[in-house]
Amino acid sequence: MVKQTADVHQKFHQPKVSHFETIKGRRQALNIINWVLLAAGSILMLSPLWWMLVTSVKTMQEVMTYPPTFWPESWNWSNYMKTWEAAPFDLYTVNTLTITILVVIGNVFVNSFIAYGFAKVPFKGRNALFAIVLSTMMIPGFVTLIPQYVLFAKLQWLNTYYPLVVPAFFGSAFNIFLLRQFYMTIPDELIEAAKMEGASHFWIWWKIGLPLTKPALATVAIFSFNGAWNDFLGPLLYVNDENLYTLQLGLQVFKGQMSTQWNYLMAGSLLVLLPVIILFFFFQKYFIQGINLQSGGK
Amino acid sequence: MAGKRRFNYKTREGLQGYLFILPWIIGFIVFTAGPLLFSFAASFTNYNVTSQMDFIGLSNYERLFSGDQLFWTSLYNTLYYVLFSVPLTTIGAIFLSALLNRDIPGMRLFRTIYYLPAVLSGVGVYLLWMQLLEPGTGMVNTVLAWFGIQGPNWLFDPEWTKPALIFMKLWSVGGGMLLYLASMQGISKSLYEAAEIDGANAWQQFTRITIPMITPVIFFDIVTSLIGGFQIFQEAYVMSNGEGGPVNSMLFYNLYMWQKAFEAFDMGYAMAMSWILFVIVFALTIVNLKLAPKWVHYEGGGK
Repeated sequence: MVKQTADVHQKFHQPKVSHFETIKGRRQALNIINWVLLAAGSILMLSPLWWMLVTSVKTMQEVMTYPPTFWPESWNWSNYMKTWEAAPFDLYTVNTLTITILVVIGNVFVNSFIAYGFAKVPFKGRNALFAIVLSTMMIPGFVTLIPQYVLFAKLQWLNTYYPLVVPAFFGSAFNIFLLRQFYMTIPDELIEAAKMEGASHFWIWWKIGLPLTKPALATVAIFSFNGAWNDFLGPLLYVNDENLYTLQLGLQVFKGQMSTQWNYLMAGSLLVLLPVIILFFFFQKYFIQGINLQSGGK
Repeated sequence: MAGKRRFNYKTREGLQGYLFILPWIIGFIVFTAGPLLFSFAASFTNYNVTSQMDFIGLSNYERLFSGDQLFWTSLYNTLYYVLFSVPLTTIGAIFLSALLNRDIPGMRLFRTIYYLPAVLSGVGVYLLWMQLLEPGTGMVNTVLAWFGIQGPNWLFDPEWTKPALIFMKLWSVGGGMLLYLASMQGISKSLYEAAEIDGANAWQQFTRITIPMITPVIFFDIVTSLIGGFQIFQEAYVMSNGEGGPVNSMLFYNLYMWQKAFEAFDMGYAMAMSWILFVIVFALTIVNLKLAPKWVHYEGGGK
């Protein structure tokens, strides 16, 4: 309404102003500048990934040629086969998947359970305990990492996946926070109605809570997948046996073997990043939802 | 009668509540609180995991502050990184989200493109940047050469290693961008329309409306990226093979702590280091919280 009257005002009372001096015109001009800036920035953002792809298919000779080019002389896709065979990447993939799947399962179910408790079950000290949950996010990781290492060493868990997987079954502050945010949007009447029917909170969580929070659970699953897949520090600290190496560790070792054979190194890196890129394109919605849930809470 | 039943139900419900959060309580005691207590106590000992754990008072802390040059180097490197990366990523993210927060064709595609690098992490990304920043055959110096600029030696020049890491960090600005974008999209359009009619230009609208309205998110972003920035580790570890070179220019606080804890097994010392980091991060967060009322604008009358 307001905009309309402004336009009318301009049409009738200031007929001589040029197009770009009107509100609408100014807005259009800005949008064009905007679009050009964004397009230029997009090229900048994508160029590293393009460079990775191009480098990965070049011959070693071409990699060393100066100046390097943004288009390869020939697309040597066989580099990928050679990379895959140069190190036990299939073993690393199985190992990484094992850890990742377990971590995702733990994170999704346990955090949902805990978050339901904090969001929907009244009990004494709930707010104080939730404040503790939030404040643990402030503790620098290394403060607990070193004593945790001692604990896992005493438990004889070094060189196993236990230190990487077991903590995922005891809740993580960030995911509890995220899921609680989502539970808060579910009306209490729904829970109350089920309670009237005599349902316990466990039944309500399983039959109503879990299905209703599916989108948020997808977000948690994707974030956990990403975290576990890309985790380098954990395996570096706890895993020594080469048969237990993950993709991240394997890639680090591969880097040592290949030194500056960038074509193979880029092929290896792209292979390891590929699942995350694919996941991102299919489930972008859930990535973005995670971000929105975070900002909603502040 | 009724009152009694109600009380019973409440108690029962309360018990259910504790059962729900039980996994977190166990995890908190075993993986957080217990380790914190142990670490605090062990920071006053010469603990080395295997053989010794003698009380040595404040020696670890004294050694840190007076006898260990590398401790100060690592603290300097970390502060350098935080001081540049936090403001740059914050400003970059706000700027980008302001550009994206308009009805322009291709907005969704742009959003996807800018966000994609932010979800990528790990060794693959570090290797990619090692190649991009390779002085002779890397992309960055190749592009700089088009403009007649002789690029630096990046990861091989101690003066340029930290700027290189900050540069890499800026590539993942998309995460923060989405946070701001979500907040900007929640600002009522009528505010801008009113300002436009009053003759406010785009810049004035941005500084007078957009910025104040997103201050809660700026605050959240600064607090979390400060905490995160102080903990930089993986990229420096991979890019310097765990050594922190060249000339200790990538020896960040956590990397030095890692070397002390898991290579030298000077655990007591490393734990003392971790508590100093904790105190620094905690103090900065408190300062942030104290300063917040002066500039953070909460809707609904809060100061």
